[in-house]
Amino acid sequence: MLELRGVNAGYGTFQALFDLNLDVKGGEAVGVIGPNGAGKTTLMRVISGLIRPSRGSIKMEGVDLVATPAHKIVSLGIAHVPENRRLFSQLTVDDNLKMGAFMKEARDHYAERLEVVFDLFPRLKERRHQMAGTMSGGEQQMCAIGRAMMSNPKLLLLDEPSAGLAPVVVQQVFELVKRIRASGLTVLIVEQNVQQVLKVVDRAYLIEAGTIRSSGTSAEMLASDTVKEAYLGV
Amino acid sequence: MGMQAFLDVFDIYLLEAVINGILLGGVLALLALGLNLIFGVIDVTWICYAELVMIGMYGMYFMVQYYGISYFVAAPLTILLVAVLGAALHYLVIAPLLTAPPINQLLATGGVLFVLQSFATVTFGIDFRNLGIRLPVLAFGDMNFSYARLLSFVAALVGMVAVYLFMTRTFTGTAIRAISQDRQIMALMGVDAKRIYLITSALGGALAGLAACLLVLQYDVHPFVGLSFGPITFLICVLGGLGNFIGGFIASFVFAEIISLGGLFSDLEWGYVLAFAFFIVMMFIRPAGLLARRR
Repeated sequence: MLELRGVNAGYGTFQALFDLNLDVKGGEAVGVIGPNGAGKTTLMRVISGLIRPSRGSIKMEGVDLVATPAHKIVSLGIAHVPENRRLFSQLTVDDNLKMGAFMKEARDHYAERLEVVFDLFPRLKERRHQMAGTMSGGEQQMCAIGRAMMSNPKLLLLDEPSAGLAPVVVQQVFELVKRIRASGLTVLIVEQNVQQVLKVVDRAYLIEAGTIRSSGTSAEMLASDTVKEAYLGV
Repeated sequence: MGMQAFLDVFDIYLLEAVINGILLGGVLALLALGLNLIFGVIDVTWICYAELVMIGMYGMYFMVQYYGISYFVAAPLTILLVAVLGAALHYLVIAPLLTAPPINQLLATGGVLFVLQSFATVTFGIDFRNLGIRLPVLAFGDMNFSYARLLSFVAALVGMVAVYLFMTRTFTGTAIRAISQDRQIMALMGVDAKRIYLITSALGGALAGLAACLLVLQYDVHPFVGLSFGPITFLICVLGGLGNFIGGFIASFVFAEIISLGGLFSDLEWGYVLAFAFFIVMMFIRPAGLLARRR
């Protein structure tokens, strides 16, 4: 479904990704783990078009994303839940969800999508007229994921969904990810919470200093010495 | 007898001035809304905002007086004309400077102000022109109200309600509110930020166009007519808190009342002096505007 080949990317003169290859197949849940500053967020941003690769190719179902304007990428079926959620904090939950359905294809099915999202997150329905910024961290994460789901994506990019949340809420977020998976959506998830993320994904990539260090199934990654020593503290 | 009669007359004048203040406030609020919209969404101050109104007033003058088009046909055409002008201003002047320091943007729109004034002077001359439409004066008891002011007030309110509905009910309006909070992630919503800025600028222009249609009923048009309400519009926006729509709305009526009531005790010019003095005092008391959030 998603295919990255030899991608270099960065900000100005600072290069964050080096010759990176990555694949996500339809129906899979794939994790990307690695330390702070390894390029995980850059990877997400380069896929959704927020930054452009300086070299390499990115394809979604055969369509070249590098040649697609950033605001058109969402209509190819890629929804990105950015790091720190980035809700429109002074808009209501309803308005935030409305923004998720901005593109034409989603706008036509706005009412249906709202139903789907409220089914997934009944909490959001209760809070629909509340300013997004006044909700708890967990509720805001729900709203951010719900906003992304409004576009009826095929591929959901989740950037550190558990960051800054209380341990109990982190559990809930990973439960959510499981439920989203079960609904048939393909998920690419970046996480520092390695133990948790390996429980919900099929495969994972370990990224360090902008390149893929290793990859494998969740079981393989859990068993790998590099992962164990560096990230699981075993 | 003497004293009582004086008080009766005084009260009537006072009430008349209060009502005239409210009527004036409507049009000022319309102007403030347009300027606040541009500032709040694009984070740019259109110093030349009142000059767009001036061009719109000329548009009305020529269509109605020169080509004999009816006022009610000329008005939507003028709104459209100034909307296009607003979009062009964004596309040609603001967009290339969007990442430049604010002072550059300020200087650039300041430059546009002089360009538009000079353009009007060269093209239309410095004569004062008016529509030649004399609207009746409405007598209500002992009070007199100009029909033009009443019409302007109602039209300004209708315009503001229309903007409110557009901003809250439509996807594009919601995007305009969203983009002012987080521009970077708009692409993730499938929103082309450039297009939203262009639409916002056209909307700001349309509001200036509507104001032009209303002001041309009450004031003569000349190349420097923008100076009569440009500065006051800025004071209103600053007092209300730049970019704060509700603050701007309230400040419009506060200023209009000061001007109108101040004018009651002596002449209209003193009303303006009082309004500016009030502004200076307020800037010491509430420097971030009437409705500033306490941080």
